[in-house]
Amino acid sequence: MADTVATPKAHGHVEHHDVDYLHDGSLLSWLTTVDHKKLGVMYLWSVLFMFFLGGVFALLVRLELFAPGKQFMDAETYNKVFTLHGAIMVFLFIIPSIPAALGNFVLPIMLGAKDVAFPRLNLASFWIYVVGALIAVTAMVTGGVDTGWTFYTPYSTTTDGSVALMTFAAFVLGFSSILTGVNFIATVHKLRAPGMGWFRMPLFIWGMYSTAIIQVLATPVLAITLLLLIMERTFGVGVFDPKLGGDPVLFQHFFWFYSHPAVYIMILPGMAIISEVVPTMSQKTFFGYKATAFSSVAIAIVSFVVWGHHMFTSGQSQLAGAIFSFLTFLVGIPSAIKVFNWITTMYKGSISLQAPMLYALMFLILFGIGGLTGLFLGAMSVDIHLHDTYFVVAHFHYVMMGSTAIAFLAGLHYWWPKMFGRMYNESAARVSAVLVFIGFNTTFLPQFLLGSRGMPRRYYNYLPEFQFLHQVSTVGSWILGLGFVIMAGYLFASLRKKMDAPANPWHGRSLEWQIPSPPITHNFHEVPVVTTEPYDYYRPFEPSVKGHH
Amino acid sequence: MNFLREWMMPIQASEHAAKVDNLYLFIFLLTSAFFVLICYLTVLFAWKYKRKKEGVLTINFQHNLALELVWSIVPLILVIGIFFWGFHDYAAASVAPNDALEIHVTGKKWNWTFEYPDGTRSIRSLHVPVNKPVRLIMTSEDVLHAFFIPSLRIKQDVVPGRYVDLNFTATVPGKHQVFCAEYCGRDHSGMLGDLFVDSPAKYAEWLEKGDEELYKMKPADLGKMVWEMKGCNSCHTLDGTKGEGPSFKGIFGKTEKLRDGSTAVVDENYIRESILNPQAKVVAGYEPVMPTFQGLLREIEIKGVIAFIKELK
Repeated sequence: MADTVATPKAHGHVEHHDVDYLHDGSLLSWLTTVDHKKLGVMYLWSVLFMFFLGGVFALLVRLELFAPGKQFMDAETYNKVFTLHGAIMVFLFIIPSIPAALGNFVLPIMLGAKDVAFPRLNLASFWIYVVGALIAVTAMVTGGVDTGWTFYTPYSTTTDGSVALMTFAAFVLGFSSILTGVNFIATVHKLRAPGMGWFRMPLFIWGMYSTAIIQVLATPVLAITLLLLIMERTFGVGVFDPKLGGDPVLFQHFFWFYSHPAVYIMILPGMAIISEVVPTMSQKTFFGYKATAFSSVAIAIVSFVVWGHHMFTSGQSQLAGAIFSFLTFLVGIPSAIKVFNWITTMYKGSISLQAPMLYALMFLILFGIGGLTGLFLGAMSVDIHLHDTYFVVAHFHYVMMGSTAIAFLAGLHYWWPKMFGRMYNESAARVSAVLVFIGFNTTFLPQFLLGSRGMPRRYYNYLPEFQFLHQVSTVGSWILGLGFVIMAGYLFASLRKKMDAPANPWHGRSLEWQIPSPPITHNFHEVPVVTTEPYDYYRPFEPSVKGHH
Repeated sequence: MNFLREWMMPIQASEHAAKVDNLYLFIFLLTSAFFVLICYLTVLFAWKYKRKKEGVLTINFQHNLALELVWSIVPLILVIGIFFWGFHDYAAASVAPNDALEIHVTGKKWNWTFEYPDGTRSIRSLHVPVNKPVRLIMTSEDVLHAFFIPSLRIKQDVVPGRYVDLNFTATVPGKHQVFCAEYCGRDHSGMLGDLFVDSPAKYAEWLEKGDEELYKMKPADLGKMVWEMKGCNSCHTLDGTKGEGPSFKGIFGKTEKLRDGSTAVVDENYIRESILNPQAKVVAGYEPVMPTFQGLLREIEIKGVIAFIKELK
């Protein structure tokens, strides 16, 4: 094995290009950096802060729902809090989490590049995200928003509060997302190292590439929709409100034309991480590489023609509903293939059960629930009953949080040593993983039952018969919260240590494991030449990177 | 299977509900089987192939055509089957028979109102006869709402600016919960209602008597509602302005000159007669154009109108 251990470097005794990126430059140089790694790290702290904020709102929502009637906030406050939870989690955490934070850091290195194709665009994208986040925070403190993250008209065009500002924030954030997508597409096409053909790319890259396609093609539609909403609200231009001659269902078509593909902007990167963690931690060749790569692209394409399944009860035509239902079932097949591929990859492997793999295993189970419960919602007659109930709330939390956020944590634990050069406390990580798993299921499994029994979503108050299940769910949210507190504890603690991470703690074979932890500013001394498939764990390792120690 | 259904679903109050539950249960059992398979293999492999020694090489297993075809094609066939099943029941439920009882539903923050073919109105309580096909014709006066009856497994968004319909035939008498399922602001979770499925006789009796809400209102308020809803307001003003008919303001107790030259005192009996037989005593200066409300107003509504006029000093 050619694994190397990065020795802590004494400052001033090494040439500039050998300095690890974390110690290269002042604060100002961080804020104006075009280095994809620094931008990835800055994105990481931003999205983690947003995850914390959205999480606090989630705990408040669950606490208020502990019993029917008022606990500690009134209905108007509750409506604002659940809206902020959704809007923050979707626009400020999940969408940028994997691509902008982990993807930015890892993707160029995996390809053998020194940076993304357009480094300055990458910097612009980060600051656009910051501006968008600041506008969103301004909207929160100047009146708040009570529309739900979906901004359905005509409620959103007639209610009080800072709806226009919040929509403008989502509009701005969309550009950050588009620019990251453009950058990744160009990087994958143009900056692959010599020898890295399309089918020698790690599957993480395939997932990022498919995500980027959706980001570039779907997000502009959201921008147009939100702009029309702002125009209607601010200038009274009638587009969606029937009182002004508009059509409220049109808004839903526009909104879901973006937001359904956006579901795949959220889940494809999660799948991409699992496709990386499972073979490495199992030291096994990936089963069905091409099937998984093409599944990502297939999902990206089909995701554009299923938006109407959010609207079976909206009053859209029944024929349209039937077509959307059929296509929705088709999009399930590539996901099923991926699940079987991940599981088969573990077969006869040499599986390490360290933290990244624990999260990957959790993903397989939680995505199993999230994906399979989608079948209930795709079937039209059953969906009519379940639509807009807690069943849907549970389903999308299993996909967004149980799958994407858990995959994000798998990736965070997997690449943390690479990003920061430190190992975290493995025992604490296992305790936290178990708490997160138990807490998550305790929170969201009861919600399936609430929903099938008829409990509608976005309810401040509820009938007494639903109380027990709501209480179980709230207790679950506390367990989940505790898991995250422990996680924050050991991750921060690891940063206070001396750098102790080996270059390749998981015995991985993609390029990022062949350079020191943390990497030097320019990633590679020499351009690597790739001569092997990405997951050749059946034969001795042939490093592609030369020139390190 | 019944215990599973009863555990997960509300009571079945229509044949459609039973159909939905059958598909629900089918998907539940099918997905449970797949879920058990996923968990079993995940845990089994993680346990059985747990790393014992560092640095070992593993087998090269990248393809197995038979396996890959099976796990692509079997789920494909299953989901196409589920699609047709779900579509079939959905389509069947979306067609109303010609003899369906048509009831208009209006959603407005944060109440449901219902209008029956004979002009009866009710708020929050929807009354229908058992085993009779019903077609709800629904609209909203403000934002989106959704009319949701869990025990019938039906739900439809109520959209301002257009009519949408919702069909059902309730088979179980009694009271069933109605929810608003589309977020509509502050009292969204309070926008509830009750569906009363009555025997035909009880339904007819209810129509005769009117909604119980009428009996809870202050008589003058009820009178004002009648003045607005039955169209009295198009001819009779409240502020003294002359319309097609005399204004209600200060009219009670006055002695009016009639078209035939005689006079009449406006008292309870005069108002009652003017509603039920308007041509009998027409005030001088007005045309005898008012239609009769015989059979269109209930006794309690007439009393309400009298109380309302009395209050308009």
